Amino acid sequence: MVRFEGVGLRYGMGPEVLRDITFSVEPRSFQYLTGPSGAGKTTLLKLMLLSLKPTRGLINLFGHDVTRRQNDALSASRRRMGIVFQDFRLLDHLTVYENVSLPMRIKGREEASYRSEVVELLRWVGLGERMHSIPPVLSGGEKQRAAIARALIIKPELLLADEPTGNVDPTLAKRLLRLFMELQQLGTAVVIATHDLNLMDQHDARRLVLADGSLHVDG
Amino acid sequence: MMPAALCWRMAACMWTVEDMPLRLKALAANIAIGIGAVISGAAGRTPALLTRLGAWSRSIGMSTAMPDMPGLPSGLKRAQPLIPVDSSASRALVAVIAILTFLAALAGGAAHMVARASADWRTAVSNEMTIQIRPDLRRNMEDDLKRVAELLRPSAGVESIRVVPRAESDSLLEPWLGTGLQLAELPIPRLVVLTISRNSRPDIEALRQTLRRELPTASLDDHRLWTGRLSTMANTLILAAMVVVLLVTLAAGLAVAFATRGAMAGSQDSVEVLHLVGADDGFIAREFQGRFLKLGLEGGAVGGLAALVVTAVLGWVSLSWSTGPGSDQLKALFGSFEIGWMGYLIVIGIAAMVALIAGLVSRITVRQHLRDMA
Repeated sequence: MVRFEGVGLRYGMGPEVLRDITFSVEPRSFQYLTGPSGAGKTTLLKLMLLSLKPTRGLINLFGHDVTRRQNDALSASRRRMGIVFQDFRLLDHLTVYENVSLPMRIKGREEASYRSEVVELLRWVGLGERMHSIPPVLSGGEKQRAAIARALIIKPELLLADEPTGNVDPTLAKRLLRLFMELQQLGTAVVIATHDLNLMDQHDARRLVLADGSLHVDG
Repeated sequence: MMPAALCWRMAACMWTVEDMPLRLKALAANIAIGIGAVISGAAGRTPALLTRLGAWSRSIGMSTAMPDMPGLPSGLKRAQPLIPVDSSASRALVAVIAILTFLAALAGGAAHMVARASADWRTAVSNEMTIQIRPDLRRNMEDDLKRVAELLRPSAGVESIRVVPRAESDSLLEPWLGTGLQLAELPIPRLVVLTISRNSRPDIEALRQTLRRELPTASLDDHRLWTGRLSTMANTLILAAMVVVLLVTLAAGLAVAFATRGAMAGSQDSVEVLHLVGADDGFIAREFQGRFLKLGLEGGAVGGLAALVVTAVLGWVSLSWSTGPGSDQLKALFGSFEIGWMGYLIVIGIAAMVALIAGLVSRITVRQHLRDMA
């Protein structure tokens, strides 16, 4: 599903922030991407998300070499992914409902055809009473749940989550982890970037550990 | 599996973490939900199904765990664009487009009016010729007028001959000489108007020679020189108006291009989010195009309407001036100050064109900007 071979990235003429990154993500797999703060977890997720281009190496996503693909082809790949950003990236002028519906709108679905799905998902993540609210009035945890709902609504083949439990209480973090595990069982490959050891201890899974710009795989 | 069922399956799973008996119950509910969702088929039936399954789940002891499934809340769908709208910038752009459309529509309407007047002049003038008889103390003017009528009556291509009465000739000079003068004492030429057949044109050169031979004081004017000059002037005016329309349209396009770039710069985060959740360049360009097409339509409608109102007011004002001596000349030059249904169509067409250009330019600008970003 995802294959990195000898990928390196540098910003401008600076030193390489990621070096010789080689790993793969198999379908229906579950892995943590971990490492100390500033190790490059978010950068590696951005490479998987195709919002950054590597300065060297090969990235193969869903069977295509994405380093050579055009913009619209990259968009098609992104529509098969769900992304939870560390800073949520919700659109402030849209309601929670509209934010979560966004991937459906982009796919060209009629609003009537997905309304019940979105409402159900929002109720499930505990935002049933907040679906008319706009993100600026939400708490950090609520924003995080809205961002997670937006990533899940399309039933993605690959879920990339950057610190998805960083702003929620331990109980909700536990529920969210169960949710990601369920998604994996339903066929989604899950990559969770986190440095939360407690979270990783709750569910044993493969760990991609980033340190000093290099990656090694545990498990 | 349907998304609704997926949610509820996940929900059921959550409630099973703490103890085994509940876990078994949730598993049963889970299976039932999955089967029910598959049976229900259409997404529209899912809420009803889930309501029943929710009730069933509560009956097996999950009433505190499973949330209720009431009807969907209202007011979820809004006509909210995906890209945030800067309302003050939008209003300014509508004003700019309205002003430019107003100018372009006025220029287009004026071009049409001049073209129509020019066509009227040519039609009227090309069907007539004028014979001018200069006064000569040695000759009798009335005899010369009769002689002209006799000479030309049998000519091929001449439909009618009309001797312009003295009073009518004098009135033609009034705008320049004023009223109250004794024009009878002045040596004013007399005119004879020939109406020419549309089907068979007379031999003008032969008519000239006949007149020269029989009446040396008479001269024939076929209006060709005057018509040619008027046509040149009219065509120049039309060309100038078309250039104005073109330049104004270009200015509107540039205004929209700059506004689009400004909107994109102000919406950089939104554009990036749309990209990252799978929107392609075409989708984002359509979002901007739709907005600027709407602004273009608003501005075009306001500008076009203002141009129509101004044209109507000018027509009314010109009617109220029709009693003055200069009004005849204005009427001769421009015809009546009306643009007719074709003129109104031109004004509406220009407004629509400006709106379409606004949409098209914004689309091209956005696509170019997105290509540059890539």
